[in-house]
Amino acid sequence: MKEAVMSKAALSDNSEDYNFFESDKDKGIRITGSEAVVRSLLAEGVNTIFGYPGGAIMPVYDELYKYQDQLHHVLTRHEQGAVHAAQGYARVSGNIGVCIATSGPGATNLITGIADAYIDSTPIVCITGQVGSHLLGTDAFQETDVIGITMPVTKWNIQVTKSEDIPVVFAKAFYIAKSGRPGPVLIDITKDAQFSELNFEYKKCTNIRSYIPIPVIKINKIEEAAEIINNAEKPFVLFGQGVILGKAEEEFKQFIEKGGLPAAWTILGLSALESSHPLNMGMLGMHGNYAPNKLTNECDVLIAVGMRFDDRVTGDVSRYAKQAKIIHIDIDTAEINKIIKATIGIHADVKEALPMLTKLIDKKTHIKWIEEFYKLQQIEDEKIIQNDIFPTQGEITMGEVVHLISEKTDDNAVIVSDVGQHQMITCRYTKFKQSKSNITSGGLGTMGFGLPAAYGAKLAAPDRTVVAIIGDGGFQMTIQELGTILQTKVNLKIVVLNNNFLGMVRQWQEMFFDKRYASTVMDNPDFVAIAQGYGIKSKKIETRDNLSMDIQEMLDYDGAYLLEVIVAKEDNVFPMIPTGSSVAEIRLD
Amino acid sequence: MKEQFTISVFTENRIGILSHISIIFTRRHINIDSITASETEAHDIYRYTIVVTETRDMVRKVVKQIEKQIEVFQAYYHTLDEIIYQEIALYKLPIKVIKKGAELEKIMRQHHARILSVEEEFLIVEKSGHKEETQELLEQLEPFGVIEFVRSGRVAIIKPMWRFNESLHEMEKQKQETLV
Repeated sequence: MKEAVMSKAALSDNSEDYNFFESDKDKGIRITGSEAVVRSLLAEGVNTIFGYPGGAIMPVYDELYKYQDQLHHVLTRHEQGAVHAAQGYARVSGNIGVCIATSGPGATNLITGIADAYIDSTPIVCITGQVGSHLLGTDAFQETDVIGITMPVTKWNIQVTKSEDIPVVFAKAFYIAKSGRPGPVLIDITKDAQFSELNFEYKKCTNIRSYIPIPVIKINKIEEAAEIINNAEKPFVLFGQGVILGKAEEEFKQFIEKGGLPAAWTILGLSALESSHPLNMGMLGMHGNYAPNKLTNECDVLIAVGMRFDDRVTGDVSRYAKQAKIIHIDIDTAEINKIIKATIGIHADVKEALPMLTKLIDKKTHIKWIEEFYKLQQIEDEKIIQNDIFPTQGEITMGEVVHLISEKTDDNAVIVSDVGQHQMITCRYTKFKQSKSNITSGGLGTMGFGLPAAYGAKLAAPDRTVVAIIGDGGFQMTIQELGTILQTKVNLKIVVLNNNFLGMVRQWQEMFFDKRYASTVMDNPDFVAIAQGYGIKSKKIETRDNLSMDIQEMLDYDGAYLLEVIVAKEDNVFPMIPTGSSVAEIRLD
Repeated sequence: MKEQFTISVFTENRIGILSHISIIFTRRHINIDSITASETEAHDIYRYTIVVTETRDMVRKVVKQIEKQIEVFQAYYHTLDEIIYQEIALYKLPIKVIKKGAELEKIMRQHHARILSVEEEFLIVEKSGHKEETQELLEQLEPFGVIEFVRSGRVAIIKPMWRFNESLHEMEKQKQETLV
């Protein structure tokens, strides 16, 4: 039934744009498939890629060598590093990140990053080599069915077995990765397709007939939503990464400012609205701020913008904002009514929908309602925040380190965090002025993400200060990437918050498993010596006295710097919504 | 409340689409009752008919996730009263049943079944109909000694006057609007 070869299918999608294979056979220049890979990347404006060579991708590497003045290849120390770096690169730049690996283990080492990019809607293109097409399905050396393996975690994937398909496939891949709700795309290229020749001509893809990336907005939905907002006494906005991906930061601000709408963010939405904005009510979810969580269950209208109601945000869904009318705007219609039933679902690009909505809503201030947020903020500030960021005695807290970094970088740095307690603390206490500045693994919660994502981010934004804040556990999951930093000489600041524990798991063990600390104690190596072994300047701090100065020294240093900070061994992150509790049951201790 | 839904999925003709669709059911631990696929009246577009027993809410979510696949044009779900559907079944019987010709003839007439092929050792009976009908025939043929029995997945046509090509044009029109 499906005997038609892929090459025909790939070409048939866009017969008007992509008919060169049929009619322009002799057009273009005669080059190999591997050179076509490089030229396709250049045609898409790519100038940096992250990767690791190996047998099945060697022809492409040979071309990368020839094109090294136009296309910078960053040799990572593990393919997982390459894919996370591509993610960091994409998240900071707003462009597509690209990584490349060989077949078999090279390809499987990418999976974690691909899954991370999928759940966090990060546009990346992953290129993998594959054994020769005559060997497919035979369990050949370093053969793995990467198409099958990545099917559930890619927005699109494709295997190329014919060199002439390469330009078309790349054009489609870049179009799919970036358009609509972004996501990872994987292109698997057999070795023979890399070796054989084609007539190369590149045309960007602008349409795929079975794919509608930008929905048509139903104007009546906007009108109904505006009416609900205009009648609201206690409206509350939740925003996610959709605002950043949709480049709608300005439109979003105008919307909340006109409506006088208090707004709170998911950790992927962080930095879309400057921290100092009076309507920025802070962080949602399990370790988010007290006020926005508590008041989720008191608002009368909840307006979700470009977010997907992750269970870490909602707590117990059956007791989530039951009193409120819910307006949900998302570019992915599968997200609307997936977790939370929307009163009004608006399937739209937020950049288009928000101005339409802004136009129809009344100018309001909701002062009394906003005061409720400030009141609860006050409670959290006294009970938690002051102790976290301005401790006067005892061991160093993660909060004070993060607070100092934010302050000393004038709230203007790109902050990359890993996963765990330090991540929650980082998201809670870093302040931001610029969008696309908070890079973290949200949906998948990938430990080991931080270090490679951070140098990827730094390469995308060389003029900005990039600080990676990482725990001692996650740091050791991709510690080999210090080698990439050594080789690229990238000026990255790395802060390892070391409590010699897998802190978040330990916190749960303390709270819910009667302090049975199963496999969470870490016997750690000398991180300073390791960093120095990689030629990275490094320092360890154990007391508060010089903390501020040492952070300053790290930031002022011209080059990569690793600062290890020994922090309180058994500290907990609060507030907390325990699993199975409702947002209103958020605990302060 | 769970009920039976027939899901129709229109896709490009590309290797791997079946896996893309089926893993969406697997992830949510939904059992597929039956699945068929064929080319449609538009020659390069394929149509999958999938039958599941699930709640309407779950089916709606799954269908949206299927539609998200790049090479899926559209997906729909319908209850039994919204479609005309059919299945086909084949029954292999030992040739000796011919000795009970009158009895067999009566059953065949009642069920509007037909003999598709007669071989040296066996004959093949064919019947199309809903599952209950082919099942009933199976039960009646069992005393004759059914050697093999096979039932196809469901094929279904949606009741309202509708053409997939029109939907395709509608999709293109929508895209033009968003480009403006």
